Amino acid sequence: MQPQSHNFADNARRALGDHKLRQAMGRAKDGFIGKRAAAIAIVPEWQRIRAEAKELRSHAQDNLDYYLEEYEAQVQANGGQVHWAASAGDACQAIVDICQRVGARTVTKGKSMVGEEVGLNQALEAAGFETIETDLGEYIIQLAGEPPSHIIAPAVHKTRDEVADLFQQNHRQYGLTERLNDRPALVDEARRVLRDKFLAADVGITGANFLIAESGQHVLITNEGNGDLTSCLPRVHIVITGIEKVMPTLEDTTSLIRLLDASATGQQISNYTSLYSGPKRAGDLDGPDEFHVVLVDNGRSRMLGGAFREMLRCIRCGACLNHCPVYGNIGGHAYGWVYPGPMGSVITPIMVGLEEAASLPNACTLNGRCGEVCPMSIPLPDLLRKHRETAFREGLASAGTRWGLAGWAFLARRPRLYQLALRLPMKLMGLLGRRRGRFRKLPLAAAWTAGRDMPAPQGDTFMAQWAKRRGGGA
Amino acid sequence: MPDTPSETDPKAAAGGDDSPAATGAGPRVGLFVTCLVDLYRPNVGFAAVKLLEDAGCSVEVPRAQTCCGQPAFNNGDNADARALAEQTIAALEGYDYVVAPSGSCAGMLRHYAGLFAEDPEWAPRATGFAAKSHELTSFLVDVLGVERVEAGYHGTVTYHDSCSGLRELGVKTQPRKLLDSVADLQLAEMSETEVCCGFGGTFCVKYPEISERMVSDKCASAQRSGADTLLAGDLGCLLNITGRLRREGSEMRVYHTAEVLAGMSDLPGLGHGSESAAAVAAAQPEAAADVANDTAGLGGERKEER
Repeated sequence: MQPQSHNFADNARRALGDHKLRQAMGRAKDGFIGKRAAAIAIVPEWQRIRAEAKELRSHAQDNLDYYLEEYEAQVQANGGQVHWAASAGDACQAIVDICQRVGARTVTKGKSMVGEEVGLNQALEAAGFETIETDLGEYIIQLAGEPPSHIIAPAVHKTRDEVADLFQQNHRQYGLTERLNDRPALVDEARRVLRDKFLAADVGITGANFLIAESGQHVLITNEGNGDLTSCLPRVHIVITGIEKVMPTLEDTTSLIRLLDASATGQQISNYTSLYSGPKRAGDLDGPDEFHVVLVDNGRSRMLGGAFREMLRCIRCGACLNHCPVYGNIGGHAYGWVYPGPMGSVITPIMVGLEEAASLPNACTLNGRCGEVCPMSIPLPDLLRKHRETAFREGLASAGTRWGLAGWAFLARRPRLYQLALRLPMKLMGLLGRRRGRFRKLPLAAAWTAGRDMPAPQGDTFMAQWAKRRGGGA
Repeated sequence: MPDTPSETDPKAAAGGDDSPAATGAGPRVGLFVTCLVDLYRPNVGFAAVKLLEDAGCSVEVPRAQTCCGQPAFNNGDNADARALAEQTIAALEGYDYVVAPSGSCAGMLRHYAGLFAEDPEWAPRATGFAAKSHELTSFLVDVLGVERVEAGYHGTVTYHDSCSGLRELGVKTQPRKLLDSVADLQLAEMSETEVCCGFGGTFCVKYPEISERMVSDKCASAQRSGADTLLAGDLGCLLNITGRLRREGSEMRVYHTAEVLAGMSDLPGLGHGSESAAAVAAAQPEAAADVANDTAGLGGERKEER
């Protein structure tokens, strides 16, 4: 999708005025936070697993070239093929080529954030393939023509009413005309529509949560089972994922799965945790005839060698989104690209450029809650601050910020002048605000007073009073 | 683990020449007042001095201090952040401890270590400085082993955990432990006490609408707690929350934790003035007596205005 991150401020303002969005986000936020907390509370060794997992991921990244080559060799030994995609365009081209070569007409898709990142649906549709998302949330936003607003719950911004309307409009073509109202009925109808698509598909495309170097297998974690029907029923199965997903062994991966499931949905283990080993072998009753893995770089190797290396540990659980008070109030679309919230505010500037996305790392109070809940211990606030450093260095910070800081720093670096210059205004404000204790309006403070009063200062400064008390021999 | 107070010669302290005489025995503490306390709420600074002196410290306030540099640091302006860090280190590094009545500013003093990581001249000074810098309530409890304070407060308070103090410095139980010893004070926790109030330094003016929504959520949470007073350990958060409470018409009283712990809440709270007594009384009849007394803290003007 074309990034809209430069419009962040406008997008956010619009989102704040959207009552349906607020309703949907409020419910989701409470659910995610409470479920995660409960899941972690019963794992006394949580912090130990978390520390080990960080080491495991770091080790895999320190030796990424080695494990990727091992993984490729194992995939080939299993009868599959690995395609290396340096860019988003390369990834789409590789997949379109496969679909054309096998004469596909219908393509089913499991939810893949890397697929969103490279714009896979648009590429497939432009090439003339009927492309159907099979994860319920992804299916809903595909019908709505919207990008995901959350990395694990793509339609979290939609209310049940909105989904009911979408289904009624879009399912008419299948002879389903009734407007359904309750959740199970809506899910049943989606299943009925999708069942035929699963059976008709020529190619199934899924993501992967982890790649296992020692065996060439991959792990796919879902709650709906759509990933399995997408992987196993069509003639051709294509996996699209990022190069950072590779882990040395299945054993290493198990602790990551525990962290992921608890952090993402508060589950001990998801409904479906499937391990895939490639195409159908001689004697197998089912499985695809062809198996392909498209490994996407798209900026990741640059991250590996730079200041944002730690971001490659991310396992896309979404906990940082769920606990971010900014995300919780504006939703994912305001961020303007496929990855929202704290993790998105780190990744988006790397993938689409800081000039486009300079607002995102600034749209954060640095409250630190994201880093606190991150199961991979990624120092998200520090990484956001690194983007701010680059933005400031490259002159991307706003003129107001630059001049404001320059003026403040000029004074603050001259303590005597600072104490002299600020004493009078504070005394004046203290005097003017003495009776009411606050101001509804103040010159130069419009941004503050638009939604808040400005409490009045006490009066004379501490430093002046201290000098009088202690300096005067009191 | 309490550190052993050193017996450094007062004259050896940098900034010592500029400072008035020390005010007690025990460890020598350099108070980093913070710019917001200096400009907006000097009472918090004096409360911090009282709490530290009551705990046996000798407290000095070197004049060559202004701002810790956090606004620059958080906006990616590392050059200005370093310049202000150098100034702050030079002013305060001679003391046994550096204490700030703010988790956010104390957190910034700790960040100095990373800020100079690649500067061989300043790195050791910055690291040493960071190691002895503390937020006020955690210093009192964790370093000095203070168990209780001598103070009273009539009211039910709710305590907002400021983000930097909570997550960078582990300030959580210490202020509550001390508040628990304040006579007549009841603590009523709000449900989302660890959620950011939306201040975020320059964030609140860069994205005022988002900030407003966040602080509205915080105010709602505070009011649901049933408390008549809100406390926090950071003036940035307090100005933000107070500003929103007043805009929404709430007369909830607001103080910095140090003011209550030091028994120095005998002046109107933040966002309240000499005229506020009646409004508070109407909103909180049980607090009326206190607030009527509070206005005396303004220097007897109550008489003239009634």
